[in-house]
Amino acid sequence: MIPVGFEYVRATSVDEAIALLVEHGEEASLLAGGHSLLPVMKLRLAAPDVLIDIGRLPELDYVRVDGDVIAIGGGTRHRTLESSQLLAEECPLLPAVAHTVGDPQVRHRGTIGGSLAHGDPASDLPAAVLALGGDVVLRGPRGDRTVPITTFYTGVFSSVREPDELIVEIRVPRTGPAGWAYEKFVRRANDWAIVGVAVVDGRIGLVNMGPTPLRASATEAALADGASIEDAAALADRGTDPVSDVPATADFRRHLARVLTKRALTTAAG
Amino acid sequence: MKIAITVNGEETAADVEPRLLLVHYLREVLGLRATNIGCDTTSCGACTVLVAGESVKSCTVLAAQADGLSVTTLEGLSDGPDDLHPVPAAFRSEHGLQCGFCTPGMVMATVGLLSENPKPTEREVREGLEGNLCRCTGYHNIIRAVLVASGQDPDELTGVAARPGVERSPAGGIEAAPGFSTGGPA
Repeated sequence: MIPVGFEYVRATSVDEAIALLVEHGEEASLLAGGHSLLPVMKLRLAAPDVLIDIGRLPELDYVRVDGDVIAIGGGTRHRTLESSQLLAEECPLLPAVAHTVGDPQVRHRGTIGGSLAHGDPASDLPAAVLALGGDVVLRGPRGDRTVPITTFYTGVFSSVREPDELIVEIRVPRTGPAGWAYEKFVRRANDWAIVGVAVVDGRIGLVNMGPTPLRASATEAALADGASIEDAAALADRGTDPVSDVPATADFRRHLARVLTKRALTTAAG
Repeated sequence: MKIAITVNGEETAADVEPRLLLVHYLREVLGLRATNIGCDTTSCGACTVLVAGESVKSCTVLAAQADGLSVTTLEGLSDGPDDLHPVPAAFRSEHGLQCGFCTPGMVMATVGLLSENPKPTEREVREGLEGNLCRCTGYHNIIRAVLVASGQDPDELTGVAARPGVERSPAGGIEAAPGFSTGGPA
């Protein structure tokens, strides 16, 4: 499968990438690892006129402590998250979730900023960042703005990111030893999650239970009121809107959300 | 656009369309046909090569993205059929292939895996090769080949050695991944 032809420009800095976005407008797409964009271009579901390659910018590739939070460059690859000693100590949910993305070859290319920007409801990392209560830092010609992940997504594959903005940083709290777990249900190795549940420090993020990653708010509230894990997990699909598709019906997804939430909460409780 | 890629240690250059995939650059521009195209959808791993030392699926990388970098394919591993790199040598000694279509990708994924984890457990091998499919389902000997290539005894790691009289059975070692064990106690 061959993509429709396009112009390719490799940006040498974030500033240059933004200037190129301004120049080309909505005709351009950012290319980081390319493992979401290139497949849809090969299927000709997307045909940008210009690809702006930001996949080799050292200024977007970092994991560091910044006060109370961990700051992660938008171009940081899944493999880097997975093997980060800093994250293993300060925010262990994130490397564990990154380890479940695709397969090693995919993780060598894919980036956290690309995953968040793509906004596939079946992606692992957006729900993990949601469970963490993280922030997304966008940079564009008007400067930087920080958007809480809770308000970042507006629908399937869509977010508040403007066409001339790029994700420069993801900020997540230093959760340290707080209980965490990630449960992901797949039918085949290296597949997308049919449903996933990320738990950390009492917050619950759901993968593939609606057009955007969702919090299991009813379960969180029940836990805060002293409900048992079993009783609280039974509410995990409240307020969700899962689709029926080839891998699973909506009812099966609701069932999975309840079961996986119970497992994740049990694991997180140690 | 003009690109220059170091492939198997040799400088290569061409004027290509930006949409040219790396696997097509290797196979059609350079004539290096070891790298196979299987699914063409980032699933099967048959097209796995190393870019800057890391395994990638070359059906999902633009040749332009590898511009200026170093790429290694199966052709670049060994000096010849009588002087095989340890990974293809182990695939041969353990018969880690059936039809052979997945083998170039399996070998390159293994080289990448062992560069990151030189002494993997059986489970780490299974997880490390999860991006490579063998439609002959010949995984058992592939796992053994990877363990041999890492200088380990596959009978020890898979628990076979602990069971006298059981020869080259797949199963049961404590590191075996759940759901993959097919044997039982002798």
